[in-house]
Amino acid sequence: MSPTMTETTVVTLKIDDREISARSDQTVLEVAWENGLFVPALCHYEGLGDVGACRLCLVEIKGSPKLTPACVVKVTQDMEVVTQSERLAKYRRSIIELLFAERNHICSVCVSNGNCELQTLAQKLGVDHIRYPYLYPKVSVDASHSRFTLDHNRCILCARCVRACDEVEGAHVWDLFGRGVDTRLISDLGTPWGESETCTTCGKCVHICPTGALVEKGKSVAEMVHARPRFAAMARVRSSSGR
Amino acid sequence: MAKVSIATVWLDGCSGCHMSFLDLDERLLIVADKIDLVYSPLVDFKDYPEMVDIALVEGAVASEEDLHKIQKIRAHTKTLIAFGDCAVTANVPSMRNLVGKKAVLQHAYFELATLDPQVPNVVVPPLLDRVRPVHDVVKVDIFLPGCPPSADTIFAALVELLEGRIPDVPALTRFGK
Amino acid sequence: MTPEELNQAAEREATASTVHDHVVGVCTSTACLASHSDKLKKEFDAAVKAKGLKNVRVKAVGCCGLCASGPMVYVESKANGSSEAATRTYANVASEHVPAVVESLGAAPVAALACDTTQPFFTRQHKIVLESSGVVDPERIEDSFVVGGYQALLKALTTMTPEEVVDTITRSGLRGRGGGGFPTGLKWSTVSKAVGDRKYVICNGDEGDPGAFMDRSVMESDPHRVLEGMAIAGYAVGATEGYLYVRAEYPLAVKRLKLAIKQAERAGLLGANIGGTFFSFKVDVRLGAGAFVCGEETALIASIEGRRGSPRPRPPYPAASGLWGFPTLINNVETFANIAPIVKNGAEWYAALGSGKSQGTKVFALTGKVLNTGLIEVPMGITLREIVYDIGGGPLPGHTIKAVQTGGPSGGCIPEAYLDQPVEYETLVKLGSIMGSGGLIAMDDTSCMVDVARYFMEFCMTESCGKCVPCRVGTVEMHALLTKICEGQATMTDLEQLEELCEVVKSTSLCGLGQTAPSPVISTLRYFRDEYIAHIEHKTCPAGVCSGLKSGAVKAQEVLA
Repeated sequence: MSPTMTETTVVTLKIDDREISARSDQTVLEVAWENGLFVPALCHYEGLGDVGACRLCLVEIKGSPKLTPACVVKVTQDMEVVTQSERLAKYRRSIIELLFAERNHICSVCVSNGNCELQTLAQKLGVDHIRYPYLYPKVSVDASHSRFTLDHNRCILCARCVRACDEVEGAHVWDLFGRGVDTRLISDLGTPWGESETCTTCGKCVHICPTGALVEKGKSVAEMVHARPRFAAMARVRSSSGR
Repeated sequence: MAKVSIATVWLDGCSGCHMSFLDLDERLLIVADKIDLVYSPLVDFKDYPEMVDIALVEGAVASEEDLHKIQKIRAHTKTLIAFGDCAVTANVPSMRNLVGKKAVLQHAYFELATLDPQVPNVVVPPLLDRVRPVHDVVKVDIFLPGCPPSADTIFAALVELLEGRIPDVPALTRFGK
Repeated sequence: MTPEELNQAAEREATASTVHDHVVGVCTSTACLASHSDKLKKEFDAAVKAKGLKNVRVKAVGCCGLCASGPMVYVESKANGSSEAATRTYANVASEHVPAVVESLGAAPVAALACDTTQPFFTRQHKIVLESSGVVDPERIEDSFVVGGYQALLKALTTMTPEEVVDTITRSGLRGRGGGGFPTGLKWSTVSKAVGDRKYVICNGDEGDPGAFMDRSVMESDPHRVLEGMAIAGYAVGATEGYLYVRAEYPLAVKRLKLAIKQAERAGLLGANIGGTFFSFKVDVRLGAGAFVCGEETALIASIEGRRGSPRPRPPYPAASGLWGFPTLINNVETFANIAPIVKNGAEWYAALGSGKSQGTKVFALTGKVLNTGLIEVPMGITLREIVYDIGGGPLPGHTIKAVQTGGPSGGCIPEAYLDQPVEYETLVKLGSIMGSGGLIAMDDTSCMVDVARYFMEFCMTESCGKCVPCRVGTVEMHALLTKICEGQATMTDLEQLEELCEVVKSTSLCGLGQTAPSPVISTLRYFRDEYIAHIEHKTCPAGVCSGLKSGAVKAQEVLA
């Protein structure tokens, strides 16, 4: 525990004009979700360290000229947060569109069709077509693992798998390689997943994946249903075991 | 009241969206009273009329024929609807964009050819270099994603349009549905 | 080394040099080395030795500034019996000139090589950061002693409290020279007040803007100045360890810094109990692998920690939680190079230089379509026109200056009409650009502003770390749109989409790289929208740069039509 950690107190703040009280160690996103407010997020998952990468949970905080990712900013006394505005809605739609344009997300033939957070968010945010030109990158599929498959066509680089494997499983099989739009998820130091010496085949990465990038083998279209309920419990056990 | 003229168009797609349209079943009778189907793979008219109220366009733009057709249709249509994922996102047909036109033709007409391998150059329209969603080529007024959009979705959207309203698409359907 | 010992060492060195009537300084910075100035130095050595001249010292020095005319050589000669030295500067010196130069010592100068140092390129500069560049041998600490090196550090350690040092920097008005312009004193004070078992000082030498080489030059030419600045900072904020993060593409800077650290440690000016006081400060060099994003402070820290160099959201700022989670002061090379002179001469001296809220001087790498290119240091408040026309010597014959680009891929283009504006942080921001780290590119009528925007977007696209979506994908989409415009394939709808993407990427990206990536597009659209329109509507590139398009001007009424 960091020596600078301050004591947890109760604070009151305003989110979308609602008076809300929360613990001072909570993030704006946690508090918003706890209070039933819809703030989209893809890279955040309860139990994982936050990285603020997807930029979907950006909110306006009064007094700050810049938009702030709700997943990393802690609530403070008298904070005033706006989670819904025309501008935010526009930006969020653009980000979803950029994600769809980046890789080859062919929902109709994806194993996660109907069980995909990107797809669901697109619908929720009113994205009914992609205005930006699709990039159609030629990316590979790693099917070398005996039980799972990594399909780069569907990967959105949220790095949930990286963190789940590192922070919860403790194996750190996954990491990111390369720069910019050429960034790729890699296992170990770029060896095929099936040859990974660190993978424990626990499947946490597969079930934490928001899309159809990490999937169980043998699933056909729309059959890859993510089993998530146990994840938060696993993360809690991990963090309370004092690593 | 004059009936609303409707066209349905089939570009590069599997015709599943048209099948889904037929899945309206008995609801076709409700719709039939209000519309004139003036151009469609389902009817016999050969030429696109001078002006059509609503065109449902299924399929992506993949060939030169598709391109000419959609440009003509756009010029003669009031409300153009990208109908289904192929029209909206280029969907499965766009998967050839990953390897390119040449590789596809090579595979289909040379590697798989049993005799006389050659790329057909008569009757079959030449492919475009890239398969594109309809809105990448012409202006689209309404997007109705889905693979295919369900009959319920089509019916709900049609009812709204016939009433002169814009359907709330995200409430009805999404990509891949 | 105590202050007295330092003074004695400086005197010893000065006395030793009195035997030299002539000093031949050969620039051995990267630009001149590229023209084989190292060979030239050896040839001077050989020539002097062959002639048995005991009163001549041939010395390797750092950057003299006029890089375009390298190799640069200067000769400092004392008139008979006088201690006053006269300096001759030679440009474009080659091997065949060596005998003539050696022959000319004590005689008339070699006219053919003479470089006119009374031209504005030299006289309009004001050197603080670069005052010893091109004067001292960067590989000899004793050379630095003669020009007052480490005096400021020992002054701070022996006569000032850390608070007084922070206060001096605050009152000097110095602002971050990395580009952002954050008040340095405020940053120091934040770190000094932060609570932590340990604190760190980091010097950001990950200079990455294309065409910018200010920091490289300082590190190569006067490494001790940077180390001294870091040590003073360490004393002021309570840090005992520092890291110099330098990109591996600067091997000479790395070599000289490492050597300088060793020399300073041996002299007791770095390491344990500096100057016989209780203050200890250790500096280590860390190499970056050349990722532009590692110039962003949180990415740089991640890189030092051995992790992937990608930024993280702030707060917490490094001042609160930086390297290994400890409070960390991170400043740029040029900022640290300003510290010793401020401590030595006082805050008021520094604050008196400059204008508005921008004090002191700024080093620029002046490049592009002007007669004189090279490294310059100018007082803040100087106008862009003075830089381009006086120091830069104006446009190339037959051309006219169209714009000046500052701030590299994060900055913008300022049109000719605004060149009378002063070089100040706020003014440049108001004009749609930034001070930036010091890249200054002059553009003339042969520069296509759309192409310029595309060039910088390509840079940002390839240098994006890939962590956040808008920067990773948005830059690619913007680059595609700009390419489409350059190729004459774009429509006005594409331009609309480009503008919209500019706003999205600027407002939603995680770090400065993405947030400023659209700046070159935004600023060129602001001042040169007609060029975009010419490409789109008239399939014409006014500058004649974009191949496949018609070249030549589009009449105003056509653009408006």
